[in-house]
Amino acid sequence: MHVRTKGILGGQNLKRFDKLRSFLLTKLKIIFNIYTAFIVLVLISTLLSEHFLTRVNIFNVLRQASALGILSVGMTFVILSGNGGVDLSVGTLMSLTTVLTAGIMMGNPDMILQSLIVVVAAGAMVGLFNGIMITRFKTDPFITTLGTMTVVQGLAMFYTKGAPFGSVTNEFRVIAQGYFGVVPVPVVIFLTVFVVSLLVLRKTVFGRYVYAVGGNQEASRLSGIKHNRIKIAVYVISSMMAVLAGLIMVARVSVGDPRLGYGFELNAIAATIIGGTSFAGGVGGMSGTIVGVMIIAIMDNLLNLLNVSPFLHEVVQGLIVIGAIIMQRKK
Amino acid sequence: MLEMKGIKKRFPGVYALDDVTFRVKKGDIHALVGGNGAGKSTLMKILSGAIEPDDGSIFVDGKKVIINTPEAARKLGIAIIYQELDLVPTFNAVQNVFLGCELRNKAGLLDETAMINEVRDLFNKLELKVPLNEPVGKFRVAQRQMIEIAKALHQNTEILVMDEPTASLTDHDVEILFDIVMRLKEKGVTIIYISHRLEEIYRICDTVTVLRDGKIIGTEDVKKLTHQELIKMMINRDISQVFPETKCTAGVEALRVENLTVKGVLNNINIRVCAGEVVGIAGLVGSGRTELLRAIYGADPIENGSVYVEGKKVGIQTPSCAIKCGIGFVPEDRKDHGIILRLPVKENITLACLPMIAKPGIINEQKERNLAKELTGKLKVKFSDLSQLVSSLSGGNQQKVVLAKWLATKAKILIFDEPTRGIDVGSKNEIYHLLRELAKEGLAVIMVSSDLEEVLGLSDRIYVMCNGEITGELSGKGACQEKVLSLAMGAVV
Repeated sequence: MHVRTKGILGGQNLKRFDKLRSFLLTKLKIIFNIYTAFIVLVLISTLLSEHFLTRVNIFNVLRQASALGILSVGMTFVILSGNGGVDLSVGTLMSLTTVLTAGIMMGNPDMILQSLIVVVAAGAMVGLFNGIMITRFKTDPFITTLGTMTVVQGLAMFYTKGAPFGSVTNEFRVIAQGYFGVVPVPVVIFLTVFVVSLLVLRKTVFGRYVYAVGGNQEASRLSGIKHNRIKIAVYVISSMMAVLAGLIMVARVSVGDPRLGYGFELNAIAATIIGGTSFAGGVGGMSGTIVGVMIIAIMDNLLNLLNVSPFLHEVVQGLIVIGAIIMQRKK
Repeated sequence: MLEMKGIKKRFPGVYALDDVTFRVKKGDIHALVGGNGAGKSTLMKILSGAIEPDDGSIFVDGKKVIINTPEAARKLGIAIIYQELDLVPTFNAVQNVFLGCELRNKAGLLDETAMINEVRDLFNKLELKVPLNEPVGKFRVAQRQMIEIAKALHQNTEILVMDEPTASLTDHDVEILFDIVMRLKEKGVTIIYISHRLEEIYRICDTVTVLRDGKIIGTEDVKKLTHQELIKMMINRDISQVFPETKCTAGVEALRVENLTVKGVLNNINIRVCAGEVVGIAGLVGSGRTELLRAIYGADPIENGSVYVEGKKVGIQTPSCAIKCGIGFVPEDRKDHGIILRLPVKENITLACLPMIAKPGIINEQKERNLAKELTGKLKVKFSDLSQLVSSLSGGNQQKVVLAKWLATKAKILIFDEPTRGIDVGSKNEIYHLLRELAKEGLAVIMVSSDLEEVLGLSDRIYVMCNGEITGELSGKGACQEKVLSLAMGAVV
């Protein structure tokens, strides 16, 4: 290896430069995690827009984040279970939920219960289908849930003949527009789901088994863990989350929209990954995911406040994801 | 010819290498020995460019060199064969040997024929009977290791580092390896040989360097050092007796297997193990020992045959059934099958018994910590914190964690597949004592080992397998290496 000995980068200076660079990099790695990124983002947003820290706006952001947040909680379970785990069907399942809820309810309060039963059953079926295909038939999760996603989308379109359809009662709209004290209902639902999931992952046997199966499925199997059951369970959880998110959405827009959820699944994956959950499984968790969700929601909000073209939002989001995985590289 | 001077390397909380100066003479077969965690693998990883030292320099033939990538090491003629095998499981033998240095024809495309021919020649020279066309992921550990050696030899190395090359080889394969090593020496290749096996070191090595706790203890001509002196240097305490006394305390029958058959693999196996016994299962690679253990444990499905635990017939179709019957399985491949690397020590220990410390479904963290503390204390596991990831423990300590996992389930029957593979003399000794202690406490211990001395030294009774069948049953006293080996090779004794 040829070491230059003259000039600014020569000899001793090269050594010093190298040392300075590695020092800076280590310090940067410590400082530069998602929690500080989040704080920086909030600060920047406050500076760039006077509307950011207003009550209206904050609640707006939180409301927007709720549906995505709930989806991401489900997605975190699935990705944690490793072995290629991912659920691409949550977005379209969300749409189907809105469509079925609005379509069955049709503004009639007596039909609320019926519509709920149907969507919960539909969600359970999709989750079970995904889980059983992936475990018993050992199909690839990405392709399987891609297939489910397409089927569900088709069903939603078929039911509504392609256009937004149906209606939701005022009593039901409380879910989206009501308040628990000062906090909007969707936010309460999201935070409850988040906290419960956090506790489940950290403190329960089931949660531990999710990490185990994601970390090493074979070692888990040989330790007596019923890995197939765990995997089916996480897919059912993910689908149930999609249904819950769909209910919140339909309560907000009060019609069923077969295209509503399209693309949400990618955002949910992005939030989970930004939050530090490894795509390989076994590493990560809820505390990171919520930060990932907030980063995406705040960034979106900021770009809106700054009147940036909506098309560029996706560019920014993609860059955030890439930045996040670069930061998460193992040494 | 090679000098590594003043090497320092620090990992979080630990000095892996503390000012190490290591010199090797050209053409020597130089043994590098030391306990688990002594720093041998780290030192060699630095030499081969896999990691960089925090301080120190390397000189090859008197010239200072910088080895910051494996590529740089390769260019200097340094090759290393790791303990953890580095092959691509979906590639076949040819593709693996040529990995990174594929041959191209004049059109710039892969020259399959030339590569196949070269590999065939190489394998013939090495007397390797390994199919060239099948993905190596399916091969047994021994076969994959031979491909690794062929791959390193193929790259015309001048300094070849072998990290525990014989850990998974049978005596027969080891002889072949020794032939190759001697031939390499004649060609002038310098070999650095990391091994735990004293007989090997004394047989083929010229010089030996001892590392302990990241420091060089000494370098000496092998001929000038007795076994005792060498062991003493390695562990700083005298080991006069490798194997603990086998006082058989056999009690009631704990496990009985009748007419166990798995098509093409196991044929009509009948074995019995009593509480308080250590039963060894000996045989050569491919005799079906691991398959037998896995079948008993439920890791693989049983087609025909019955298993009786404490006299009662049980149906063991999955590992969780086996665990409910009080059986624990310490597998051959602990990193892939025994522990979950990215989980902490205490979570690995409770992995198989969580329902016992979680009511109702919520883990009692205090109980978990206590259990982990108790067991790591009993087994003398070396670690700094219960929440430390188990991936940062040395091989011997990881093995103890696997054992702790089963003790936590209060297993009454323990099955060990190669219990001391890749573990240093000091830790091996501890594990031997542990096995006998467990038997004394009333557990039934079944052990498979390719190390005849180990099987003979530890077992009260030995079953010998060959080609999927039991060819003989010997009591501890009536057994000797020749008898076991002949039974293992199918001869009538």
